[in-house]
Amino acid sequence: MDLARLHHMANQIARNLAAQGEEAAIAATAQHIRDFWEPRMKAAILGSDRSPLDPIARAALERLDDA
Amino acid sequence: MGYEPQADFGTPPVQSDQPVTLAIDGRAVTVPAGTSVMRAAAESGGSIPSLCATDSVKAYGSCRMCLVEIEGRKGTPASCTTPVEPGMVVHTQTSRLQRLRRGVMELYISDHPLDCLTCSANNVCELQDTAAEVGLRDVRYGYAGANHLGLPTDSSNPYFDFDPCKCIACSRCVRACDEVQGTFALTIAGRGFASTVSAGQAGDDFLSSECVSCGACVQACPTATLQEKAVKEIGKPERAVVTTCAYCGVGCTFRAEMRGEQLVRMVPWKDGKANRGHSCVKGRFAWGYANHRDRVLEPMIRDSIEDPWRVVSWDEAFAYTAERLNAIKARHGARALGGITSSRCTNEETFLVQKLVRAGFGSNNVDTCARVCHSPTGYGLKTTFGTSAGTQDFDSVMQADVILVIGANPTDAHPVFASRMKRRLREGAKLIVIDPRRIDLVRMPHVEAAHHLPLQPGTNVAVLTAMAHVIVTESLADEAFIRERCDWDEYQDWARFVADERHSPEVLEAVTRVPAADLRAAARLYATGGNGAIYYGLGVTEHSQGSSTVMAIANLAMATGNIGRPGVGVNPLRGQNNVQGSCDMGSFPHELAGYRHISDSATRGLFEQDWGVALNPEPGLRIPNMLDAALDGSFRALYIQGEDILQSDPNTHHVAAGLKAMELVIVHDLFLNETAGYAHVFLPGSTFLEKDGTFTNAERRIQRVRKVMEPANGLADWEVTQQLAQAMGLNWDYRHPAEIMAEIARLTPSFAGVSYDHLEEAGSLQWPVNAAAPDGSPVMHVDGFVRGKGRFVVTDYVPTDEKTGPRYPLLLTTGRILSQYNVGAQTRRTANTVWHEEDLLEIHPADAENRGIKSGDWVRLASRTGETTLRADVTDRVAPGVVYTTFHHPATQANVVTTDYSDWATNCPEYKVTAVQVMPSNGPTDWQESYASWAERSRRVAREPAE
Ligand code: SF4
Ligand code: SF4
Ligand code: SF4
Ligand code: FES
Repeated sequence: MDLARLHHMANQIARNLAAQGEEAAIAATAQHIRDFWEPRMKAAILGSDRSPLDPIARAALERLDDA
Repeated sequence: MGYEPQADFGTPPVQSDQPVTLAIDGRAVTVPAGTSVMRAAAESGGSIPSLCATDSVKAYGSCRMCLVEIEGRKGTPASCTTPVEPGMVVHTQTSRLQRLRRGVMELYISDHPLDCLTCSANNVCELQDTAAEVGLRDVRYGYAGANHLGLPTDSSNPYFDFDPCKCIACSRCVRACDEVQGTFALTIAGRGFASTVSAGQAGDDFLSSECVSCGACVQACPTATLQEKAVKEIGKPERAVVTTCAYCGVGCTFRAEMRGEQLVRMVPWKDGKANRGHSCVKGRFAWGYANHRDRVLEPMIRDSIEDPWRVVSWDEAFAYTAERLNAIKARHGARALGGITSSRCTNEETFLVQKLVRAGFGSNNVDTCARVCHSPTGYGLKTTFGTSAGTQDFDSVMQADVILVIGANPTDAHPVFASRMKRRLREGAKLIVIDPRRIDLVRMPHVEAAHHLPLQPGTNVAVLTAMAHVIVTESLADEAFIRERCDWDEYQDWARFVADERHSPEVLEAVTRVPAADLRAAARLYATGGNGAIYYGLGVTEHSQGSSTVMAIANLAMATGNIGRPGVGVNPLRGQNNVQGSCDMGSFPHELAGYRHISDSATRGLFEQDWGVALNPEPGLRIPNMLDAALDGSFRALYIQGEDILQSDPNTHHVAAGLKAMELVIVHDLFLNETAGYAHVFLPGSTFLEKDGTFTNAERRIQRVRKVMEPANGLADWEVTQQLAQAMGLNWDYRHPAEIMAEIARLTPSFAGVSYDHLEEAGSLQWPVNAAAPDGSPVMHVDGFVRGKGRFVVTDYVPTDEKTGPRYPLLLTTGRILSQYNVGAQTRRTANTVWHEEDLLEIHPADAENRGIKSGDWVRLASRTGETTLRADVTDRVAPGVVYTTFHHPATQANVVTTDYSDWATNCPEYKVTAVQVMPSNGPTDWQESYASWAERSRRVAREPAE
């Protein structure tokens, strides 16, 4: 998958949810990816270099790692 | 069924709880107070001769044909302008009346060409009927005196003629144009005998006038003065079948009036609850594409997109396609296969395509064109209210006091609904328009917006947050409503957020470019002006914050208590005829029919049991992700029903690359569309005239589509999908779309009470239709939100990543116009092209002058993604810094320049904001030229020599 696009998507989700407060935004970003992303997309972003990601998006992926 | 014209009650129906009983010709009749004597007579089965009255417009009382006698009153009043009164005793047929009527008729006929036998309206002419009804046999004045018989016919409109010789100056057409359509294109010019109908200003004909060709005047005309050309060419209709327009989400219903197997005309159906007897140029007239010579009627296949097409039998096409699908699945797994459902097809057809993908292909890789238009509506309204649909019926607008239109251009995109809205505005409702462009509604005859907020494209959320700021900080919120109906804690979080000074109109003005004082005034009006109703379109959804904007709209409606009754609400104006339906039917990769998540095991279990297969619990790929995965090699086969993604989706180059990377692209369509250039299988589609089914319009109204002729390609679309499924080894056996609807109803709670029988009986049904609402739900969230408590969601303005700069200093936004429809595959193949031959680029005079551009010049439109050329239209409809175009023509390919940016929640593309540069140019770009030759090459068909 196009990783740049996936990173952009994850950051965009995180930025739009950020106004809910950090904790809620992390949970909501993780849930959003869980609900709407196809397994290939999830696997690709989880296996990628996460440095281009915003802190909220990164923290959300950590929750998905644990799941 | 034989041919019966629609009943005409003479004057419009009246809403009143007060019954009035009177006697007409000895019969007791009870009607609502305010009804005319004429209508009362007609409703009770009688008939009073009339010429200037028709029930689509108010009574005018000019022809004096409808005279009656009323006991205890002097004279002979006109029954069309006389309201009923309790105890009134009316006589409609007396010898005195007959004499008077005959005299009036004689005057009319003396100025009318008596060529009835050769007239195209012979036997369907009200003048002729009325003459017979009053027993006119002879004209005493002769025909030698002054008359209008020498006037030339105006044939400028491609669909109807105006033959002034036959005009009786009844002004029904003028009133229909004013009252029904709201365009005010016609006048009666001159006085007395010299009066004639005229379109536009002196020197105009119908085509050059303001006329938008809606057909309301043609329908209102009692003679052959205004008549469809098709009636002259084909002859009078012999039978009529009620069906639903296949163009836009208004969902007008029509009588398809037929002569043999030929469609003569589409006449708006008076009993249609979406259109109430009105229509626009597309549904009324632009159906010629149905038998256009470009239509492909035989299946075709090819191994490579470099090869010419090979025409094959249906059996061979199905066998070839199924074998290749099965082979790809065996090699690369179910995840390599997917499908795209069509918002142009019926609910039943859409349901089958997603079923084929989920149950047959074994993946959830199904998506729909709503991805690129209203997916944010689904997400936003489900999150805040609990249902992915608009809250009102169209009738509701007639009770609105303040109408807020944001990111929508109803007079072009939803014209029949716009006519209702204009009528309400003429009655005094106030209008707020939030749009970068000065759309027609901002100022037109007898309509003027109280506020037009011309925001910078891409700043919807900032504008709505600023409005919320005003409502909260000026204590205009409806706290009683919020406490009762919404989550109070969430409201308070939201209110704190919007009340922050950084969200004030004054601070945000720097971003939105909307003067703070105007924005404050608009917010106050919406919050305090009575029933506030919001209507929005793609200018809301097609942004990187599309879903946030939908939620911001929902927040405003909840904060002001404008939800849950007629006259208010949040109303997405849906683009395509069945975009609501295609979403309802489970076309999104994460949802089964009725918006239930695929991970929900109870719902999945229901489908698994019914379908006898195990379903994948993980969401599938969306269209843009399918294209990405194709470039990776993990997605290889796509079945596309009734969509042209190459033309309609953003970043054409990327779409083309994705399609090219696939092993098998199956296009199922009426025409070899642009996407078909990359296809290996072409399955001919059928038109809406050739099949049975249902469409669901923007007000959740499910309406029947009825077959009026046999499919020219031999199979209706649902049959094609079924036979493909059977070829793949699935044991489907639907004999009629009614059986598919039965399956939908059995598996979808909001459709539980829907069946063809119920639709037949009710005419139409608005979902949810279930035990709690057996006859459907015109207004939603009446006693509470579907999700329980309404949810306020904090929506922060996040600027788009698409930014202007020195190389791309202008913002491009896109839209559509009345006479064309989306990618134009249908409307470009009709006479509608006289109104729009090409896409134009609107540019502000200041920006044009800087660049040395004049109206009509070729200009090069370039973005970071690509470039194209088209002609300029210099106009101050757009603000400085903003340019605008439509996307109806493949030659322009406006989507060559649009970007991959999309809505954060749904990936709905950001069509409405692209940073561009505009420069003078001499003609088409290299890309346009090479594309044109490629497109031509890819359409070659190798004909087998005849045996
Ligand atoms: S077609 Fe419609 S817009 Fe044109 S003159 Fe008739 S009523 Fe008016
Ligand atoms: S054109 Fe038809 S509707 Fe209009 S005034 Fe003449 S007869 Fe009446
Ligand atoms: S408004 Fe829409 S549904 Fe109605 S006739 Fe026009 S295109 Fe068809
Ligand atoms: S129909 Fe009543 S006056 Fe013409």
